[in-house]
Amino acid sequence: MRIFLRLLAMGLMLGAVIWWVRAGSHPGWTKNKVFVEKVDEFTEVSYLEEQDRFVPGVDFLAVAGALSLLLGGLSFLRRRQPKVTVG
Amino acid sequence: MKTTLLLATLLLPLAATAAEQSFDFKDPKGVNTARFTLDAPLETITGNASGVSGTLTVDPAKPEATKGSIVIDAKTLSVENAMMKEHMHGKDWLDVANHPTITFAISGVEGVKQEGDTATATVKGKFSLKGVEREISVPAKVTLLKDKLGARSGGKMQGDLLVVRTEFTIKRSDYDVNPKAPTDKVADEIVINLAIAGACPK
Repeated sequence: MRIFLRLLAMGLMLGAVIWWVRAGSHPGWTKNKVFVEKVDEFTEVSYLEEQDRFVPGVDFLAVAGALSLLLGGLSFLRRRQPKVTVG
Repeated sequence: MKTTLLLATLLLPLAATAAEQSFDFKDPKGVNTARFTLDAPLETITGNASGVSGTLTVDPAKPEATKGSIVIDAKTLSVENAMMKEHMHGKDWLDVANHPTITFAISGVEGVKQEGDTATATVKGKFSLKGVEREISVPAKVTLLKDKLGARSGGKMQGDLLVVRTEFTIKRSDYDVNPKAPTDKVADEIVINLAIAGACPK
């Protein structure tokens, strides 16, 4: 059980870091939409188009780190030994 | 002779307004947006508003006489983070439920420099945000695109287009936009950038 919790904690943190890096290593807050700059061909006015996209930020890494610590910490809790009476 | 003079006197104001054009900025293509940026420690916050409308009445021969207003639907203001957007629309920040529009009403135009179909000027007007109205002056660049509405609307309408570009800075504390928020967490200065196109069908 202890090993399972520690592996889960490591996997969670590693997965979060890989997701964050693959999504562009965004150093700001997590985004649930992004603004894409476009230009109107007739007026040459540049404008922002909103697109639904999840981009994990540093707060996402912080939450993943906290969860990993919690899981890892749980693995260090000692199970209460049952009292053994002799004689 | 008297009749001719009388007619001329009556028609003169009409002739003076004949060149006036009224441009509607409610863009069916959704290109008209207002952008704002303000600094914060982790990143610069960029926002966007898609609900731009309003009308400008312009006489190319007398640009100083330009009048009208631009209105932004505050509920269309958006940022890339959902929680941040919720906070921004809330009571402390923009209170969009009670103050649904942000308005700039032109009261005067000065320092016009015209070059072909493009003019730059300083536009004075009343900027209204969260129920606070202040007189401000903003630099503007205006370009008249003659007979371009047909091409842009796919031939559905004919007419002219007017492109207005401006960038100016306001202080959120001047407009009661969460004045309690410390400026080392969120900057007091908000940069507003507007690049919009209005249509005047013939």
